[in-house]
Amino acid sequence: MSFLECRSISKSYDGKHALKDVTFEIEGGDLLSVVGPSGSGKTTLLRIIDGLEKADSGEVLLKGKKISGEPFLHRKMIGMVFQNPVLFNTTVFNNIAYSLKFRGEEGETIKKKVEEMLKLLRLHDLRGRNALTLSGGEAQRVALARALVYDPDLLLLDEPTANLDPYNVSIIEEVLQRSNREQGTTVIVITHNIFQAKRLAKNVAFLLEGELVEFSDSAAFFASPRDSKTLSFIRGEMVY
Amino acid sequence: MDGFEVIAEGFARALQILLSGDQGILEITLLSLRVSLAATLLGAAFGIPIGFLVARKDFRGRSVVTTVINTLMGLPPVVVGLVVYLFLSVSGPLGFLRLLYTPEAMIIAQMILTFPVVCGITISSVLSLNPKLKETLVSLSAPPSWEARVLLNESKLGLITAIIAAFGAAISEVGAIMMVGGNLLGYTRALTTAIMLYTNMGEFATAIALGIILLLIAFGVNLFLTYLQMRSRVRRTT
Repeated sequence: MSFLECRSISKSYDGKHALKDVTFEIEGGDLLSVVGPSGSGKTTLLRIIDGLEKADSGEVLLKGKKISGEPFLHRKMIGMVFQNPVLFNTTVFNNIAYSLKFRGEEGETIKKKVEEMLKLLRLHDLRGRNALTLSGGEAQRVALARALVYDPDLLLLDEPTANLDPYNVSIIEEVLQRSNREQGTTVIVITHNIFQAKRLAKNVAFLLEGELVEFSDSAAFFASPRDSKTLSFIRGEMVY
Repeated sequence: MDGFEVIAEGFARALQILLSGDQGILEITLLSLRVSLAATLLGAAFGIPIGFLVARKDFRGRSVVTTVINTLMGLPPVVVGLVVYLFLSVSGPLGFLRLLYTPEAMIIAQMILTFPVVCGITISSVLSLNPKLKETLVSLSAPPSWEARVLLNESKLGLITAIIAAFGAAISEVGAIMMVGGNLLGYTRALTTAIMLYTNMGEFATAIALGIILLLIAFGVNLFLTYLQMRSRVRRTT
């Protein structure tokens, strides 16, 4: 049984296909990069896996269970980081603590886990700051901290480092890799940046116009892609 | 005596009242505060949750409900007073409660005025929140109780504005409490009804003095609420 299975996922908006019959599966502990040009359906795929949107057809199974059955319970196992995170109008500490409070955690446990996240994402100095006053990179680190603090089985990230400076990119990438390697968190990260995919991923999926063109391990994907469209995308020849 | 002299005398009289601590005026002032604060708190207790539900729940007729609430924000106090009077009068459906001409009747009448103000501004505040907030809460698996708590916290600037507006409507109105309270000395006489009485009696200086006291009270309460409002703003430290 695979950790995550997407079976024939299709989704349209106003008659326009966002995803067409997308099928793939990943094992627990994988770090999958989903690459593809804008409008290729990457974000839609992630939102369907997170249960934020329903597929028109097909199904998503997490540890063998359909997510459509109990989206609330299913989502408790998933952490999601959006491209432009929305933080709450309170301190950085409270923003991270909310995720634990939502899960019924209390007092000392919250404090301990939040402190760990503040340290991991180098947010210590910002713990008392209102989260709405943070820079883009700091806000994205808080968003990652609040998704990781409850130790999700699956972490989904939608272009988490888009428009960030190298300092913030390096922290986020380092934390993702540590979490994947040390905690065994399965990670799916959407990125435009093929260099980032190369640095991070164990497997890479290439989406184009809603179709899954290629899915293979990272080394093979970049060294010897099977599809000419993948090669064109990797070489930067694809105009989009 | 011309108008300016009356106003000047009014200021002098107000100062005299404030310094002398006139027992009668103190009672009137405390009653005004008690009635208006209670009406505001009750209006908020009903208006905030109902406004939140109207803003969050997608149900048939939501826009009609919102339009009705918005219309009621401009409810004439005299009309409210009349309706409450008819309900509480001896022959009215709630006459058995014997509340007419009591401070409780005044609170009920003012609560009917404050409720739509709080409710309407709450709807508007919650509707104007970033729609992605809700999605973020869903993604973080926030249970419904937490979802409401977080969203209300995000709307707190608007909610405090609602309470300020409601208190302003309550403390300044005269028509409703005059009709259901009866302006009974030592029992239901409030600052606004007393101002009206003294004006009718031609004691303009005392009326102006009471008006100044009314303004000072409104200023004091709003100072506190505005302090809370300012605190809830995002303070940019960089």
